Amino acid sequence: MTLLSVKDLAVARGDLPVLEGVGFALAPGEALVLRGPNGIGKTTLLRTVAGLQPPLAGQVVAAPEAVAYAAHADGVKAVLTVDENLGFWAGVFGQDRVAEALDRMNLRALADRRAANLSAGQKRRLGLARLLVTGRPVWVMDEPTVSLDAASVALFAQAVARHLAAGGAALIATHIDLGLATARMLDLTPFKARPPEDGGRRGAFDEAFA
Amino acid sequence: MSIWEYANPKRFMQTSGLLLPWVSGVAALCLMAGLVWGFFFTPVADKFGATVKIIYLHVPAAMMATSAWAMMLVTSLIWLVRRHHVSALSAKAAAPVGLVFTVIGLITGAIWGQPMWGTWWAWDPRLTAFLILSLFYLGYIALWAAVENPDTAADLTSVLCIVGSVFAFLSRYAVLFWNQGLHQGATLSLDKEENISDVYWFPLLLCIAGFVLLFVALVLLRTRTEIRARRLAALMARERLA
Amino acid sequence: MIGLLIRDLRLAVRAGGGFGLGLAFFLLVAVIVPLGVGPEAATLAKIAPGILWVGALLSCLLSLDRIFALDFEDGSLDLLATSPIPLEGVAAVKALAHWLVTGLPLVAVSPVLGLLLNLPGPGYLWLVLALALGTPALSVIGAFGAALTVGLKRGGLLMSLLVLPLYIPTLIFGAEVVKRGAAGLSVGTPLALLAGITAGSLALLPFAAAAAIRVNLR
Repeated sequence: MTLLSVKDLAVARGDLPVLEGVGFALAPGEALVLRGPNGIGKTTLLRTVAGLQPPLAGQVVAAPEAVAYAAHADGVKAVLTVDENLGFWAGVFGQDRVAEALDRMNLRALADRRAANLSAGQKRRLGLARLLVTGRPVWVMDEPTVSLDAASVALFAQAVARHLAAGGAALIATHIDLGLATARMLDLTPFKARPPEDGGRRGAFDEAFA
Repeated sequence: MSIWEYANPKRFMQTSGLLLPWVSGVAALCLMAGLVWGFFFTPVADKFGATVKIIYLHVPAAMMATSAWAMMLVTSLIWLVRRHHVSALSAKAAAPVGLVFTVIGLITGAIWGQPMWGTWWAWDPRLTAFLILSLFYLGYIALWAAVENPDTAADLTSVLCIVGSVFAFLSRYAVLFWNQGLHQGATLSLDKEENISDVYWFPLLLCIAGFVLLFVALVLLRTRTEIRARRLAALMARERLA
Repeated sequence: MIGLLIRDLRLAVRAGGGFGLGLAFFLLVAVIVPLGVGPEAATLAKIAPGILWVGALLSCLLSLDRIFALDFEDGSLDLLATSPIPLEGVAAVKALAHWLVTGLPLVAVSPVLGLLLNLPGPGYLWLVLALALGTPALSVIGAFGAALTVGLKRGGLLMSLLVLPLYIPTLIFGAEVVKRGAAGLSVGTPLALLAGITAGSLALLPFAAAAAIRVNLR
């Protein structure tokens, strides 16, 4: 059984193809870490997997409402308290696990504080706690450890490990080692889209002057 | 062979390249013949005076102002349903042309209205409706200009065009409700009573044909330019990446 | 969806949410117009329905760009788009929240402003009724305009250019109701048309707004 499978995927940023021929599958308990230089198209790939943009070619197969996406931006509202922020997302996803998520990400002491008064790392922890209240099996995360200190990274890795142990899966774009024993690596460099001269995908407007 | 073949940019560039000189030529002939005939060889109506001859610009421009929006609506729908780039670009190309026709309609209307009604501008329902139409054109053009990614812009302007069409239609009836107006009835209609006499009618038909062809020629030309610009942008983006 | 409504209301009411700005603007319009036009009661009575409707329109316009832009900037809109709530529902709920914090207060204070502008006696009922029926359309049309421009850096001005023409039918029928009501004429037709525009906008525009948001998030 696979939770998420990606077949021969090609994605474009703006009008430009950036990646092609990407394929992988995630079974319960598996994690895949995406690597590659800046601009290779990690964010574009993750947004496509999350369903926010259509692929140029290929397929993303996942059960409906299986994917929880965590972007660069956390979607944290500064004027709401930590508890209110998390409670809102729990409500949206029809879940009731706010207290558990607060404990897991070590936010219990901050629950009644407004998000405006959190440090960058604390805000990031709140953003990741949101994943815990979605109740969805596949976590798709874009640079989740930005602005986290070593202790928080460990906390986060622990949360991911627990999620995997419970039969979840994770797709993570990151540059640091999370210390996840089971995680596989996928370097995206070989999947860089070729220019049309080398047999790559042609845009609609190349044909006009062929 | 299906009509959608012409939606292929390559096919479109070939065919439109062949058609363009002919369409432009016939448009010029029709307009010259129609305008000269209309301006110099029709009798002067005693009720209206010579000012009535401005109908040879006013009526065709006003007709094309609404027809251009209708064409944009159709091509926008085609883009949303079938994702043919040429369709979206032709809508983009038609908008400024439609706006210019609307402005010509308004200006010639003002020039005509001054001696007839004694005022350059009246909040007559027809004039007001065209003024509102020009606002819709402006918004549409501004949205195309503001969005950087061309496919995003095509999608957003298409949605705006559809919603705008409904509201433009509503506005047309709202202004009728709001003020009954000075404007005469339809210049061309199937109802013989309301129609103008044949002496004026034939040159008017020529002018209308000329305006339609002029519109087609301008849209073809501008669409070709847009396609070239898109190709250029794609090449430059690729160069930056390499 | 209720949770989203409550969150949006909470955000609007807390510090920096801009609650009441539209209302203050509406008040300013009603104060400034007589200063410009002159104090003759008859003139003011004549233009009061139009001024009040134009004022309501502009007050609504002021706060439109907050409907989606803030959620777009902090990433919430991405997360909402991948949540179980359909984006059409998000657009509808956000338009409703906008109406509750902008349109509804306008309806409530409009009789007082009618007084300032010397609106004739029979007009008050129709003013309140017309605004109550028409302002939901202003919010939902505005949400569509905000959705179109959500990805743009400085979309505010462009949004006004897009939204104001769409407001024209609502403005005409809404002001007509008040004008006729104030003159003691029958208001059935414009009132029905106003209600029709609102009903149609509420039913269809959330779909157009959701489509525009999807395109802008791509």
